[in-house]
Amino acid sequence: MIFGAILAGGTGTRMDLENLPKQFLPLGEKPILIHTLEKFCLCTQLDAIYVGAHGDWVNHTQDLIENHGLSGYDIHVVAGGDSRNQTIINILEAIEADHGASDEHIVVTHDSVRPFVKLSIIEANIAAAKAHPACDTVIPATDTIVRSDETGEFISEIPTRDRMYQGQTPQSFKISLFKQIYSDMDEQTRSVLTDACKVFVEAGYPVHLVAGDVTNIKLTTIMDYKIAQAMIESRVIDQ
Amino acid sequence: MINNVYQLVGTKTLVVKFEDISLTQQVVVRPDFMAICHADQRYYLGMRSPDVLRKKLPMAPVHEACGTVVADPTGTFNIGDRVVMIPNVSGDVSSGLFENYAPGSAFLSSGHDGFMREFVSLPPDRVVGCGDIDPVVAAITEFVSVAAHAVCRFESLAHSNRNRIAIIGDGSMAYVVACMLRETFPSTEIVVLGHNPLKLALFTFVDKALLSSDIPEGFSFDHGFECVGSEGSASAIETLIERINPQGCIMLLGVSEQPVPVNTRMVLEKGLTMVGCSRSGRADFERAVELMSRKIVQRRLREIIFLDDAVHSVSDIKRVFANDLLTPFKTVFEWRI
Repeated sequence: MIFGAILAGGTGTRMDLENLPKQFLPLGEKPILIHTLEKFCLCTQLDAIYVGAHGDWVNHTQDLIENHGLSGYDIHVVAGGDSRNQTIINILEAIEADHGASDEHIVVTHDSVRPFVKLSIIEANIAAAKAHPACDTVIPATDTIVRSDETGEFISEIPTRDRMYQGQTPQSFKISLFKQIYSDMDEQTRSVLTDACKVFVEAGYPVHLVAGDVTNIKLTTIMDYKIAQAMIESRVIDQ
Repeated sequence: MINNVYQLVGTKTLVVKFEDISLTQQVVVRPDFMAICHADQRYYLGMRSPDVLRKKLPMAPVHEACGTVVADPTGTFNIGDRVVMIPNVSGDVSSGLFENYAPGSAFLSSGHDGFMREFVSLPPDRVVGCGDIDPVVAAITEFVSVAAHAVCRFESLAHSNRNRIAIIGDGSMAYVVACMLRETFPSTEIVVLGHNPLKLALFTFVDKALLSSDIPEGFSFDHGFECVGSEGSASAIETLIERINPQGCIMLLGVSEQPVPVNTRMVLEKGLTMVGCSRSGRADFERAVELMSRKIVQRRLREIIFLDDAVHSVSDIKRVFANDLLTPFKTVFEWRI
């Protein structure tokens, strides 16, 4: 089976807008999270969708799903963990509780604050995760990437740009393999692995690259949020 | 949900517009295959008057497409149903007019966004199921429906002596009209008159396909369809008026940007009926789908389709528009954006 996992555990501190986590900020007519969820709802290859929300916001998330007419879709809200990977683990456990464990299960994880994701990218992830242990959505790096030395004051390396990419989401992988690798890691290793694909890379598994899109932006800062608002504020021409 | 709309903003210039669409109001269709029409090509190449371009752009091109239903809060369709989309926005039909001529009617891809979008949200009456019709062929249903509309009007307006019908033109519209007439009037002699022998060679299912320069002396017909348009309109209409039998019906389907002279003396002398046909409505789509469900019709239509590579990006959109200029008939492509 194939599952969607929307990671909405953030508390929005970087955006610093009152106390509202950024995935709940309005974009056009609805919250950012709902835009993202709706795109996943239209992916007919997904058997169910899980949303990992911060524990304090689980009820709010469930209310939003109902209020925006998405009750008819198979969406489950799960309390997230202290880290991104722990939120993923909580979702994977909920999936296994509902559907049992299987080596065939695939999950497509996605940031709730990337509402501009296209369905074709989600589908490309599913195809890649079927063929490989895991996949990551990326776009070619346009800026030169500079690595600093340990002091952070000087350049130690300028990697060749044509092999540099910027990571986006979705990130997709086989559930049982991720759980096995993650459970074999000690706490120290887990604490520095902030990214699901990095878990696979560190364990020596190939992670396939899926072409993302420059418009699949992550709404992390006030500037991102303003850009997103500008992106959808263009008026429909026949109105 | 944030939808991607691929708008033409100027000559060969496309941008992505983002729009917020609801999953709780209308049928949401994901386009699978699309076809390019001459009208799209004229907008894309900037071959309309500056006034028209100023008025119509920006807009998403393409009004021929089939797709898959991905959401339908109206309960009319099931998720996964394969459908064709009607670009005509019905006008006020209370006076009995066809929806495509009624006051207030509009058209998606002419001043309104066409189907080059990630998803298309439409009222349920603008969506027609197309069952197991080959999607490559289903993509041109709108085009076929225009021919179906012309044949429907012909049936109701032309006198019943229909022994021989002539079609002037050897392009896509002439071909599709010939297909529709062949299915609708199996015992009628259908003759196609054109300029290009290579194109005429494809009209294997009609009774005669003649070069316009080789029309036999005394050749005549009961009714005629003009499927030429542009600069060829005048001579096509002249031939029809000259060769048609008295009280015949001339169906006009070719679009001309310029006024066309008409030999009204002979129109009057012969008591001819000239009928303009443009676009189509739901009933025409249903008729088109009915005819296209026949395998023989699908196979015939497939012969005039060039299936280009799938479109994944804006640069691919530019590629299919460029390739369409080189194809003699219809260009269809899979929409994987």
